[in-house]
Amino acid sequence: MLAVENLSVSLPMEGGRVPVLADVSFALARGESVGLVGESGSGKSMTALAIMGLLPPGAATSGRVLFDGRDLLAAAEPELCAIRGRRIGMVFQEPMTALNPLMSIGAQVTEPLRLHLRLGRAEAEARARRLLARVGLAQIDPHRHPHQLSGGQRQRVVIAIALACGPELLIADEPTTALDVTMQAQVLDLLGELAAEQGLALLLITHDLGVVSATAARVMVMYAGRVVEAGGTGAVFAAMAHPYTRALFAASPHEAGGRPAPIPGQVPDPQHRPPGCAFAPRCPRAQRDCVATVPVLSPLPFKGRGLGEGSACGASAASPAPSPPPSPASGRGSHVAACFHPHPAP
Amino acid sequence: MTGYFLRRALVLLSTLLAASLVVFVVLQVLPGDPAALMLGTGARPDTLAALRHHLGLDAPAWLRYLRWIFGILRGDFGISYTYNVPVAELVRQRSALSVPLALLAIVLSTAIAIPVGVFAAARRGSVRDAALMGAAQVGVAIPNFWLGILLILLFAIHLPWLPASGFPGWGEGLWPGLRALILPALALALPQAAILARVTRAAVIETLGEDFVRTARAKGLTRGAALWRHAVPNALIPVVTLIGLQFSFLLAGTVIVENVFTLPGLGRLVFQAIAQRDLIVVQDLVVLLAGSVILVNFTVDLAAAAIDPRQRRPGA
Repeated sequence: MLAVENLSVSLPMEGGRVPVLADVSFALARGESVGLVGESGSGKSMTALAIMGLLPPGAATSGRVLFDGRDLLAAAEPELCAIRGRRIGMVFQEPMTALNPLMSIGAQVTEPLRLHLRLGRAEAEARARRLLARVGLAQIDPHRHPHQLSGGQRQRVVIAIALACGPELLIADEPTTALDVTMQAQVLDLLGELAAEQGLALLLITHDLGVVSATAARVMVMYAGRVVEAGGTGAVFAAMAHPYTRALFAASPHEAGGRPAPIPGQVPDPQHRPPGCAFAPRCPRAQRDCVATVPVLSPLPFKGRGLGEGSACGASAASPAPSPPPSPASGRGSHVAACFHPHPAP
Repeated sequence: MTGYFLRRALVLLSTLLAASLVVFVVLQVLPGDPAALMLGTGARPDTLAALRHHLGLDAPAWLRYLRWIFGILRGDFGISYTYNVPVAELVRQRSALSVPLALLAIVLSTAIAIPVGVFAAARRGSVRDAALMGAAQVGVAIPNFWLGILLILLFAIHLPWLPASGFPGWGEGLWPGLRALILPALALALPQAAILARVTRAAVIETLGEDFVRTARAKGLTRGAALWRHAVPNALIPVVTLIGLQFSFLLAGTVIVENVFTLPGLGRLVFQAIAQRDLIVVQDLVVLLAGSVILVNFTVDLAAAAIDPRQRRPGA
């Protein structure tokens, strides 16, 4: 249903255009849920905004974002307006600021219903009540304003808005980050339930691998604007190949036993990305070849080359692509990583 | 709600009392004897003393203050030394010009500034934005009396459409009076509109960056719908506050424009009363204007609460 092919995005910044997304490819089938993981600055949100066609002004894109065969990157604004909120819903990170403070929550849920489904006032209001009840806000008067609601309640309103017109795809950008822990679990459960119930595809963006393991069938790990590892959630968690995935996992509080270990350093900002593997400066396994060339996504386990210690950097540099990048269709489900020196499978 | 209005009324009264005290003390300290000014330099001392006694100026200051305040409480604002008519009557006459003029100017200013500000914000960084904001910069810098002279030259002399000066009053109907107010209202409104447009633009640009505008776009709203339905209402609070401030200023801060158009407004009344030490008129006007500023602010608060539910008090 959704196929992102070689998506690259660059933004105008001081000192010229800066690439923020490079060669991102993935596919999402109807009813499937995929987790997109990475630290802030890794390009997760930018990927979501590119799919929605809501990139900041001046952004330049290449590649394709196919939604039911239509390339959204090439689509005109009226067509995108007809898709946004109708066929693709989006839940944002900050429930405190994602709602208009001047409008009642009922009016905000009603708005897409009246816009896309052309419902009359009474019909839209009745439907908004049902939606609010479905996200667990049956007790809340729709005439209330956002400031009268808690963060968790507001996030439920945002979810009700995103689901109002029965979309086929729901993009949830850090939907639980701003909530406290008990709220997080509730909201995640709700998203999972709703996705299953309405058969909608879910693109769940988070920095928390634990959230993904609980919700998504597949996972993609992003770093500095590129996908560095992807595969079925089970396969990736069983054998994390990319050092960044491991570091991210170690840094999350969900790992059984032991304290979270922060990843040293920080994501390089888009203007100052190193020439080779962007993670190399923070990577415990980095070798000389890592700083020379950007590794591409390759199926695991790597056969016959590059595995193990002391791989010749000259050889790697001479053939930077061990195998062609998997096409989105064929790549579904198979475990891939972009690393010259991945962790071997246990 | 009743408690709220009661509190506001209490604030109003205490502010008026404070204002009356300040203006009374300041006028006591200022040099200049109203009786001497009324009689001229050649007056005989005993005539002067008789007049001072007649005006009550020989009483001690605290007594004069109390007489004034209790007079106001009885509805007696006193009699102007220079015009020799009740101050209430003077204020009534002048308000018949100044209040409609201020209203007209603020309506014009708002009607120009909000569309311009929103348009410029929606196209920030474009050539049209730069052109509009350049024009606004010029508008801020132009003195309103000079603009008034320019308007007279253009629309009263070069194109004889509107009267150049004077005010016929409302006795001959709405249109003759309104006609006389159009040019002065424009002269007052354009510089105010320039400031208001810049504030509107800045406020709208700020709200356009808010998350809820992105939510609106993600719902499928067009850029324009997200702008007018979500961004602009949220940008209105600072704009409404500024409109209130501008209206308060326009009520009596317009003496120069009134002089350009020879209009008998409140601004000229204040100015002449100060120049001629018509103390009772100055005192009354200061208290009345303070009262009107407080009422305007109260209206602004009500408007803000109507726009923004967060500013409504619980139970209100």
